[in-house]
Amino acid sequence: MNNIIELRGISKSFDGEKVLDRIDLCIRDKEFVTLLGPSGCGKTTTLRIIGGFVTPDAGDLIFDGKRINDIPPYQRPVNTVFQKYALFPHMNVYDNVAFGLKQAKVPRAEIPGRVREMLELVSLSGFEKKNVTLLSGGQQQRVAIARALINRPRVLLLDEPLGALDLKLRKDMQNELKKIQKATGITFIYVTHDQEEALSMSDVIVVMAEGVIQQIGTPTEIYNEPTNAFVADFIGESNIVDGVMLSDCRVQFSGQTFTCVDGGFSRNEPVDVVVRPEDVDVVHPENGMLRGTVTSVTFKGDYYEIIVDIGGFKWMVETSDFVAEQAHIGLYIEPDAIHIMKKSKYSGKFGDYSTFSDEIETMSDPDTVDQKNEEGPAID
Amino acid sequence: MTKKSVWLSGPYLAWIVGFIVLPLLTILYYGLTDTEGGLTLGNVIGAVADPLNIKALGLTLLLATLATVICLGLAYPLALCLTKLKMKKKSFFIFLFILPMWMNFMLQMVAINTILEDNGVINAVLTFIGLPKLHIANTFGAVLIGMVYDYFPFMLLPVYNAVSRIDGDLINASKDLGANSFKTFLYVSFPLSLPGVISGITMVFIPAVSDFAIAQMLGGGKIQLIGNIVEMNFTKGQYHTGSGLALILMAFVMLSSLLTKDGAENEGGGMIVS
Ligand SMILES: Nc1ncnc2c1ncn2[C@@H]1O[C@H](COP(=O)(O)OP(=O)(O)OP(=O)(O)O)[C@@H](O)[C@H]1O
Ligand SMILES: [Mg+2]
Repeated sequence: MNNIIELRGISKSFDGEKVLDRIDLCIRDKEFVTLLGPSGCGKTTTLRIIGGFVTPDAGDLIFDGKRINDIPPYQRPVNTVFQKYALFPHMNVYDNVAFGLKQAKVPRAEIPGRVREMLELVSLSGFEKKNVTLLSGGQQQRVAIARALINRPRVLLLDEPLGALDLKLRKDMQNELKKIQKATGITFIYVTHDQEEALSMSDVIVVMAEGVIQQIGTPTEIYNEPTNAFVADFIGESNIVDGVMLSDCRVQFSGQTFTCVDGGFSRNEPVDVVVRPEDVDVVHPENGMLRGTVTSVTFKGDYYEIIVDIGGFKWMVETSDFVAEQAHIGLYIEPDAIHIMKKSKYSGKFGDYSTFSDEIETMSDPDTVDQKNEEGPAID
Repeated sequence: MTKKSVWLSGPYLAWIVGFIVLPLLTILYYGLTDTEGGLTLGNVIGAVADPLNIKALGLTLLLATLATVICLGLAYPLALCLTKLKMKKKSFFIFLFILPMWMNFMLQMVAINTILEDNGVINAVLTFIGLPKLHIANTFGAVLIGMVYDYFPFMLLPVYNAVSRIDGDLINASKDLGANSFKTFLYVSFPLSLPGVISGITMVFIPAVSDFAIAQMLGGGKIQLIGNIVEMNFTKGQYHTGSGLALILMAFVMLSSLLTKDGAENEGGGMIVS
C-alpha cells in the first residue's frame, strides 16, 4: 500500500504560540488512522491543514505524491465531518446531502438516486424533507457523514464526530463508521481524545501531545510498547517506575532485579519501567517479587482494582480474587509484562497512583483523559 | 396572568393606549370624516386623485428605494470586512460607523448642507483642482445623500450582526464540498445573512418612505415628498386632508413590512437569528 497523504515537517503557530511542531506523518491508502491526544494538542489543527482551512507556517502537505499546500479546499479530493457537524441550517436533509453533488456538476437526473443511496447507508431513509436543525444529535451526525461521503472522496476527515453522543449511541456509531469505512474503502483520518475509541476502531493510531507526535503505531503496538511515559499513561492504565537497565534483559526497580525482554540500552542507563495493572499477579508475600500493603480496593464488576503501597510508590493492580484492605501481599510480574522505555520529558510525571482518586476516573467517561492530564504538569 | 404581572404591565398598557392607539385612532377619525364630522372616503380618494400627490408618492418611493439599495450596497461589503478584523479593531470600527447616530439630527443635516452647497466644501475642492462646480444642494441628489448618510447605521448594524453570526465552519463545509468562494457566498453566506438584510431594509425603507425632515432641510422646498405634503396639510390646519394622506402612507409602510416579513420566513432565515 502506498501513501495517500504525507505531512512533512508541518508547523503552525497561532498568535506566537506553537500549536504544531514539525509534524511528520504518512497515511496509507484505505487505512483507518486516528489522531489521539488530550484537548488542545493540535488534532483539529492538523485535520484543518489537511482539509485546507488552515495554512501551515512551514512544511509540505503531499497528496498522492504531489504537494497540495496551495490547492484551495474546494479542489481537494478530501471531505470533512466537522466537530459540530456544520450542517447548513437553511437547507433540509436532502439539500444538505445533495450540496456536494450539485457543486461537482453531477447530472441532475443522477442526484436523487445518489442521495437516496447515501441516506440508506447512514440509515436515514425517508428523512429527505426534514429540517436539519430539528434532528437529534445522532441523526445530524449521520447527515454530516452522508454529506461528506456523497462526493466519494479519497480521504474522509472526521473531527470527534461522536463527541456529542451518549455512550450507547457512540458504541453503535463506532461500529457503523467502521463498517462504512470497510465498505467504501475510503481512507479515514479520525480525531478523538477517547483512547478506547481509538484502540477499537483504528488501523493506526497517532498519539499527539503539545503539538508533537509522540508515537505512531497499531493499537497493539501503542498499548504494549509505548515509547514514553506520556503514551503509556494516556493509553490505558500504567504503573510507571524509575528503573536502571543493568544489562540486556536485566532491569532493576523498586529495589529488586527483574528479568525482562527488552535490550539495546547502555549499561546502567536510567529508564522508565511500565507494568500494566492487569499484568501483575497477586501472590502470597513469600512468593512475591515485590511486597506491599493494600491501601484501597474497588470492585469493578469482573475484577477488583487495588492500590498497593510498595515502598511509598503506589501501584495499581487488577485482580480477580478479593483482597482485603490493609492486607500484606506479594506481587509477581512475568518478564514479558515488563516494558522498558527511554527517559523523556514526561518521565516522573505519570504512572504513580498515590494521588489517584477513583471518583474522577468514573465521573464522565470521555473527558476523563483530559482531567487527568490537566492535573499533571505536562500539558500547560 | 398573575396579579403581579398585571401591575407590572400597567404602565406599558397606558403607554400603548395613550401614545399609540389614541393617536392612530385620531388619524383614522380625521382621515375618514369631513369637516362636519360625517363619515366619508373623500379625503383618501381626494388624496389619490390629486396628481401632485401621486407625483410626490412616486418620488418618495423612488427615493426610499434608492436610499435602501445604496445603504445595503455599502453596508454588506463593509460588514464582510468588519467580521474579518481582529476583535479589538472590530469594535472600534463599528463604533466609528455608528457614531453619527449619536449626533443631533439637525446638526447632521446642517453639516451635510455645508458640504454640498454651491459654495460648500465639495465645490471648493472641485474649483481648487480646476474642475467645474456641481450643483447638488436642494436637489434630489442632496436628499438622497442625506438619507443614505442618516440611515446607513440602521442598515449596517443588523447586516453586520447577521454576517458575523455565521459559523465559520459552515463556510468551510461549503468549500469542503466543492463550492468556490463565490458559490459559497451565493448558496451559504448570503442566504444565512438574509434575516439581517431584511431587517436592515425595513429599518431604512420605512423611515425613508415617511420622511419629511431630510427633504425639507436638504431639498430646500424643491423636493416634495409625501411626508412633506402631510406635514404641510397639518401645519395649515387641514387635518382631514392630511390624515387621508397619512393613511395612504401608512398603508405603504404596512405593505412593505408585510412583504419583508414574508421574505424572512420563506427563506427559513428566522431560525438563525433566534
Ligand atoms: N484559529 C485559531 N486562533 C488561535 N488559536 C487557535 C486557533 N485554532 C486553534 N488554536 C489553538 O491551538 C491549540 C490547538 O488547537 P486544536 O483545536 O488543534 O486542538 P485539539 O487537539 O483539536 O483540541 P480539542 O480536543 O479540544 O478539540 C489550542 O491551544 C487552540 O487554542
Ligand atoms: Mg478539536
